[in-house]
Amino acid sequence: MQTITMTVNGRGITATVEGRTLLVEYLRENLQLTGTHIGCDTSQCGACTVHVDGLSVKSCTIFVGELDGAEIRTIEDMENADGSLSPLQKAFQDHHGLQCGYCTPGMIMSLSALLRDTPKPTEAQIRHHLEGNICRCTGYANIVKAALAASGQLDSADAG
Amino acid sequence: MYAFDLISPKSLDKALEALAEEEAQVLAGGQTLIPTLKARLAAPATLVSLRAIPELQGVSIKEGRLRIGAMTTHATVADQARSHFPALADLAANIGDPAVRNRGTIGGSLANNDPSACYPSAVLASGATIMTTKRSIQADDFFLGMFATDLEEGELIRAVEFPIPIAAHYEKFWQPASRFALTGVFVARYDNAVRVAVTGASEEGVFRWTAAEEALSKRFTADAVNELDRPDVDMISDLHGSAEYRASLTQVLTARAVARLQD
Repeated sequence: MQTITMTVNGRGITATVEGRTLLVEYLRENLQLTGTHIGCDTSQCGACTVHVDGLSVKSCTIFVGELDGAEIRTIEDMENADGSLSPLQKAFQDHHGLQCGYCTPGMIMSLSALLRDTPKPTEAQIRHHLEGNICRCTGYANIVKAALAASGQLDSADAG
Repeated sequence: MYAFDLISPKSLDKALEALAEEEAQVLAGGQTLIPTLKARLAAPATLVSLRAIPELQGVSIKEGRLRIGAMTTHATVADQARSHFPALADLAANIGDPAVRNRGTIGGSLANNDPSACYPSAVLASGATIMTTKRSIQADDFFLGMFATDLEEGELIRAVEFPIPIAAHYEKFWQPASRFALTGVFVARYDNAVRVAVTGASEEGVFRWTAAEEALSKRFTADAVNELDRPDVDMISDLHGSAEYRASLTQVLTARAVARLQD
């Protein structure tokens, strides 16, 4: 067992865990942060995407033992301070960017990293950025639309 | 996964010490190794993470050569190598997906030498040098076939040093499901030579297409490539593409890379 100190969604945590524990397991089982989903468990689908030190990563492919001192952010911390949906989350709702919702936490974590670094991405940049996030419901069209809307690039005529 | 201990030493000496133990294995970015562990295809007693070792990180220019620490992620190379070696930055920016690029490392990719990985083609086409904990290895001597390298037991890559080409381009044909290179060709032009390295195509892993190098050294045009016979190496044949298809891709992608550099 190892003792790891990290910050999760702004909260300081000292964990005594096996270093080989996967981050996604630790978030879901130990911290009950079940918004981060396990999809493929093989680093393909992106449902488990979270931020580690501000970078989007697949939490199914990181060991907690490597995260001493790290700052972790998950979907549970993406809403506004008053509990309302963030602009990106709201855009997913408004533009029907989800159906079953399983991939959505990963999509939001991935796209929020893109929009932070590239506030006005092109459609091609959005699609390229989502290569590691798989959605089996939407066909991606409305996810891309939501990302364009959240970055203020969608005419109201295109809304719906 | 089978149970194992994970340790994260803060110095290279401590890492080497840990790796000298029975059934210890090194962990770089983990983007290949962790799925491999989950599939129970590896069973180390101890996994030694290199992530906490500062000297293995970073991109710098040293005597006109680009030096990249072994544990530098693809995302960092894409960002920090751009002004020095844009073709290498472009290659790094198109490996896997953004989350993989934030963890996966150049050293891990080279030590694994996956026959479809992108980095080996850049390293071989640039005539780069692999600096290890024991010696320097020229790219021409480093890659020894599919998943095989000249690295010895307990020898770690510290950094890769690239001579910066006058111009270079990497042309990759994506395998649409895995995003690995079905075939990828890196063309690098130097004062005295042109080097062409091909990944994803051969049963022997990354290789130099010497006939194309000779032709391009005399005449740097796409036509010079198109007039050649297809490379005579043992090509991979699988459900994604036949050997003939990969041989054809090698020629087409080389010609495309050259055409891009002529623009």
